Amino acid sequence: MAESFLSIRNVKKSFGAATVVQDFNLDVGRGEFVSFLGPSGCGKTTVLRMVAGFEEPSAGRISIGGQDVTRLKPNQRNIGMVFQAYALFPNLTVAQNIAFGLRVAGVGKAETDKRVAEMLDLIKLPEYGSRYPYQLSGGQQQRVALARALAPKPKVLLLDEPLSALDAKVRVSLRDEIRAIQRNLGITTIFVTHDQEEALSISDRIVVMYNGRAEQLGTPFEIYNRPATKFVANFVGTLNVLEGTVADPAAGTVRVNDGEVVLKGKLNGARPGETLSLALRPEAISLGRQPGRDASLGGRISEVSFLGSVIRVKVGLGSNSVSLDTFNNPASPPPVVGEQAEISFSSVDVLVLHD
Amino acid sequence: MRLPLHWLGVAPFFIFALMFLILPTTYLVLGAFQNDQGGFTLDNIYALTQPSILAAYWISIRISLASALLGALAGFAIALAIVRGGLPNWVRSATMTFSGVASNFAGVPLAFAFLATLGRLGLVTVLMRALGVDIYNDLGFNILSFWGLTLTYLYFQIPLMVVIITPAIDGLKKEWSEAAATLGATNFQYWRMVAIPVLWPSFLGTVILLFANAFGAIATAYALTGSSLNIVPILLYAQIRGDVLHNPHLGYALAFGMIFVTGLANVFYIWFRTRSERWLK
Amino acid sequence: MKRSSVWAWVTFIVGASYFFIPLIATLEFSLRMRRGEYSFDAYRIVFGDDRFQATFSFSVIIAVFTILLGVLVVVPTAYWIRLRMPHLRPIVEFITLLPLIIPAIVIVFGYIRMYGSNSPLPFLATTWGTNALLTIGYATLALPYMYRAVDTGLRTIDVRTLTEAAQILGAGWATIITRIILPNVLIAVLSGAFLTFAIVIGEFTMASLLNRPAFGPYLQNIGANRAYEPAALAIIAFAITWGCMSVIQFLARFAPRSANRPN
Repeated sequence: MAESFLSIRNVKKSFGAATVVQDFNLDVGRGEFVSFLGPSGCGKTTVLRMVAGFEEPSAGRISIGGQDVTRLKPNQRNIGMVFQAYALFPNLTVAQNIAFGLRVAGVGKAETDKRVAEMLDLIKLPEYGSRYPYQLSGGQQQRVALARALAPKPKVLLLDEPLSALDAKVRVSLRDEIRAIQRNLGITTIFVTHDQEEALSISDRIVVMYNGRAEQLGTPFEIYNRPATKFVANFVGTLNVLEGTVADPAAGTVRVNDGEVVLKGKLNGARPGETLSLALRPEAISLGRQPGRDASLGGRISEVSFLGSVIRVKVGLGSNSVSLDTFNNPASPPPVVGEQAEISFSSVDVLVLHD
Repeated sequence: MRLPLHWLGVAPFFIFALMFLILPTTYLVLGAFQNDQGGFTLDNIYALTQPSILAAYWISIRISLASALLGALAGFAIALAIVRGGLPNWVRSATMTFSGVASNFAGVPLAFAFLATLGRLGLVTVLMRALGVDIYNDLGFNILSFWGLTLTYLYFQIPLMVVIITPAIDGLKKEWSEAAATLGATNFQYWRMVAIPVLWPSFLGTVILLFANAFGAIATAYALTGSSLNIVPILLYAQIRGDVLHNPHLGYALAFGMIFVTGLANVFYIWFRTRSERWLK
Repeated sequence: MKRSSVWAWVTFIVGASYFFIPLIATLEFSLRMRRGEYSFDAYRIVFGDDRFQATFSFSVIIAVFTILLGVLVVVPTAYWIRLRMPHLRPIVEFITLLPLIIPAIVIVFGYIRMYGSNSPLPFLATTWGTNALLTIGYATLALPYMYRAVDTGLRTIDVRTLTEAAQILGAGWATIITRIILPNVLIAVLSGAFLTFAIVIGEFTMASLLNRPAFGPYLQNIGANRAYEPAALAIIAFAITWGCMSVIQFLARFAPRSANRPN
């Protein structure tokens, strides 16, 4: 990682007796795109609002570009922020909204007009300058909000669930657009979301938050494939969890229902008879025996959902059940509910989750 | 036969409005432009310009405007204090309840209350005199004057403003001020560029309503001053009771003048609204 | 205390003084009838006055009929506009707002000229006719408030769906209005009713110009001739208004929260 540009050090926040954020640390490099991911109430928005200056940390320090901003007011921090509900000023046109930050900074008219035109081009709404916010769709309003936040050239861009109010299609296209603009401008960005797919697809790094603390910090690849805690594993992506009982720790054998799987080197310190959770991503499981997959279990197909290019199959294994994805193949019909089936997977893909 | 049945549902309302609101008003308006023989004339309107009538209109407009503007400003300040001032919740609910009551506490009893307070024997007058200030002789105050009546009217104007403008202030989104702050705006800049322009139509609309409210009010003034204060509604009242102007058509013209003034205020408001309508949905 | 709440407290306290001092002064004045000590003499005299009882009862009866008339005119219209003729809404709303623009004294002046003894509709020829005209006039004054209250009530219950559901179950129009719509907007109608009551009970202009023995003209008459009784009457009138508004607030707790819509 490059040298830290935005740094959050030992930040805590409590409201009365309730601690909302505990000992939060993060260094964001210049131009980096970092997401805060977590369920509602996990403290992610509070951290963002502390960076913006709307909340004052109970302890700790926040600095941007080497300058300590912990006690600065929001209007002195030179940050851009985009809100979930757009928050465009209804009495101003699109162009006036974008020009707002420049106007209050006393930038001259010619320069302002030029910058507004640039911004309108950037968000691909060059003809919309004279419209009022109510005449725009949600997606367009949010793009204008982005342009408004970027116009004064802030040091940091804060995005507070900017896509949550939009419908699914717009959400995906705007997500890509935000990322493209962010890369293009090289602006340091923090993005708050509760949607793991969003976070995975857009971020350089993700902070998964739970109960006011950072559970894991890593690239999307690391977060998804090597979740550090059970919470992260469950929250990010679909996860199949099989309850098993340790048979022989030394040999790495675990009993799952009637079957047995061998997990070499993954049962460090486990005792015989201990129950374990074995977690597997749907894409790590195949239907039937496949070459290279060293573990298998027998079950019965309980659900088949045809999703287009992918068929999601649910297989019951006694008291457990797993979901797995197979690609649609026009030449062969999908599995049938009630059929006997065997699933296979590689033991190296199994995540062992201790409670 | 479907269409007439459709209209049957709203017919009672329209018949009622026509017979008891629109036709009686139209009757007076037409009468204002007729002479005794029923011919068209502008004489009655012209007669309104005689000094005593003009003076009545002038003082009525001044009192209504003063009580509307002061009421609106004071009401706005109170609404702002209870919505944004960080006061405890009970202050807000108590203020809203009281405003609901006070905005409907008008007419004769209100006059009694102010006589008991600021009349020559009123509590405040007496207390001030005990403190050495005679508000009548030293300060030139008189409850039967322009300022006396304005002060009395404020008792229902301020709460009416509070009742109407509080929801509008509630409608200012928190994110607007936060967005403005992140863009570098001071609180003052936020109010000047966003909050006040957004509230302005509701504010102005309420001022117009308060103006009409005061302009047509008669009971308070009549109970307070008898007929010693020469305002338009009292003049019209006297004309209806006893044709004091000795010309029934001049009475119509007087009524027409009242509708004209309140109507003009509303036309101004509508004109303003359509100007700012561009951003109002 | 935060800096922001200091000015708010100051504003609130200045406002509260303006509103409470007259009430305290009036109360104090009303108790001063007996020389040298506080007493309820003024109230005793007022309540014992035959004219007080007669005019107050008269105004209560007129208020009740005003409310009935208002409900009859407003509820079917507001309902029908929501259900079938939304394009008429701007016109109807404009009409209901007219009484806020046209002063009451002008309206009643029109009545006196249009419905005199020699007119085709001689309301003013008989006492009953005049009482009816007073009721109508009051219903007109209350129109803006009644319509707003009922329309707001209808908005929360999604009239169209309820009506269609009732029709599918085979209900006729009479059943729909009396069994479905009215109970659901009852709270709104009652709120409008109490507001109407508060407006009508002490109204002076119309009653005085139509020469009816109502409470408003009685108040004015007492005010012109007595010293302490008016203060007592002002306190009584304030209490009545307060009572009406409290009932409205109390009723609001039972208003249906829109069940069939997210917000």
